[in-house]
Amino acid sequence: MTRREKENLRTGLLFISPWIAGFLLLSVYPLAATLYYSLSDYSVLSPAVFVGLENYRNLATDPIFWRAVYNTFFFAAFALPLGLLVSLTLAILLNFDLPGRGIFRTVFFLPSLMPMVCLAVLWQWMLNGDLGLINHALRPPLDAVNALFGTSLTPPNWLQEPTYAKWGIIFTALWGVGQAVVIYLAGLQDVPRHLYESAEIDGANFWKKTWHITLPMISPVIYFNLIMGLIGSFQVFAVPYVMTEGGDGPERSLLFMATYLYQNAFDYWSMGYACAIGLVLFLVILGLTLLATRLSARHVHYEGN
Amino acid sequence: MPTTSLTRPLKVLLICCLLVSAWAFLAPMLWMLSTSLKPLNETMTLPPVWIPSEIQWRNYPDAIAAMGHFWRYAGNSFFLAIMTVIGTVTSSALAAYGFSRIEWKGRDKVFVILLATMMIPFPVVMVPLYSLFKSLEWIGTFKPLWVPAFLAGAFSVFLLRQFFLTLPKDMAEAARIDGCNELQIFWYIILPLSKPALLVVAIFQFMATWNDFLGPLIYLTEQKDFTLALGLQSFQSQQGGTAWHQLMAASTLVVLPVIVLFFFTQRTFIEGIAATGSKN
Repeated sequence: MTRREKENLRTGLLFISPWIAGFLLLSVYPLAATLYYSLSDYSVLSPAVFVGLENYRNLATDPIFWRAVYNTFFFAAFALPLGLLVSLTLAILLNFDLPGRGIFRTVFFLPSLMPMVCLAVLWQWMLNGDLGLINHALRPPLDAVNALFGTSLTPPNWLQEPTYAKWGIIFTALWGVGQAVVIYLAGLQDVPRHLYESAEIDGANFWKKTWHITLPMISPVIYFNLIMGLIGSFQVFAVPYVMTEGGDGPERSLLFMATYLYQNAFDYWSMGYACAIGLVLFLVILGLTLLATRLSARHVHYEGN
Repeated sequence: MPTTSLTRPLKVLLICCLLVSAWAFLAPMLWMLSTSLKPLNETMTLPPVWIPSEIQWRNYPDAIAAMGHFWRYAGNSFFLAIMTVIGTVTSSALAAYGFSRIEWKGRDKVFVILLATMMIPFPVVMVPLYSLFKSLEWIGTFKPLWVPAFLAGAFSVFLLRQFFLTLPKDMAEAARIDGCNELQIFWYIILPLSKPALLVVAIFQFMATWNDFLGPLIYLTEQKDFTLALGLQSFQSQQGGTAWHQLMAASTLVVLPVIVLFFFTQRTFIEGIAATGSKN
């Protein structure tokens, strides 16, 4: 290394030193400690005692934990693709040269500004079985169906029924897709116009253009939003926690992995067990991210490299 | 998409689609506002009324009184938001400079590590952080909620680095020849040119702190130290979902500062959000 290189290295490291400190204290140390605590009996009040794999063995046979895993995957399996579909469709609609685009964009974006707690309180009210706006909107079409087919369908009491509670959370999540809409719209506006123009000369219709030009061109943005959405939906906590007033819903239908982690850590003070859940959650997110990255390597198209 | 082929009926159809979706996004917010101005008995009428028979402004002062320490919560939220904004902006700008404007060996590999840390969910590291702050006797104080902001957030460093990379090199080179050191170049040349990017990072951090729920939930112990988000949750769980008019009023008050911030900085804001998804 030349003198100049050494000097640059020193200045560079000096500039990034706040991040290095944060990396060590807020990422490396807690991850390592989570691993160690997950192999220990630990309650914060007394020092951790090493117990080997006991926490993991208990997790494997803990039906409540598997319930939380199931609920978390259920939520992500619907919230992620539906969110992608809704936000991409809205962005494509907004990308047409139509009057009032700016206003529409603001309207779609505003709900995503809401703090989680407000979102939860508002949607608890929206999903209220008797008085909620959702059921007010559902009653007329259901009544029409009932009159036609002689059925007796009534809208569910969303958050009080195990079958429907998670759908309530999914709707709430879908209402907050505004950020993704803005990100997609920016991606769509970066697609060079000449690509569409030459495709039109070749007689391509809207669907062909969308499938062969738009989607490949914005695939990096889709990939980005997908990863961010994945990381976000697997740690879902605040909305169900607030909606259930700090509980986990009827028949634990709103118990998610982060909820169960929180309960173990701060309600039962089983910090070791909580850390084992945390590590499983981390590995799930890591595994799915790597999987998405490998799958996308074939389908994501990067301009210029 | 170019709209050379958009016929008039198609245009009308697309606008109708937009209007229907816009209603789905707007209705819950209007419903919140409408409920917050109703007398209690009108929140329970079937079919629902959108315009209250009498606008009951009283719900707002009533909600503030019922929440107990509303003004303290608001003060706490503002305090934390301002401290974390100062912390993140200064420390992340320094780190982003080190990751973009100085060539050093291994820089880009270290940057990949920084990107990877964005994948660590807070719940996963929450227990060790809690015990770390407990041993520092910080539990029940604001410190766990603002001190870490001074250690550069990965996302902010990422955004600022993107921006710094686009700035031309020649001004910095000229300053270097004139004998400026890197800190002077950072301070006198790069920062003044980066005001829009710094504003974006500041806005994002303000929102993140204002909206945070899990952090305050685990670190704050005294009711009077709560943030607005936590205070709203505690109000909601105390009164158990009956006084919807007051709950909606309280909710509106908690959202209001964020909406105001948005409307004052709309352009920077939207451009900032759009920039997060690009150039990955």
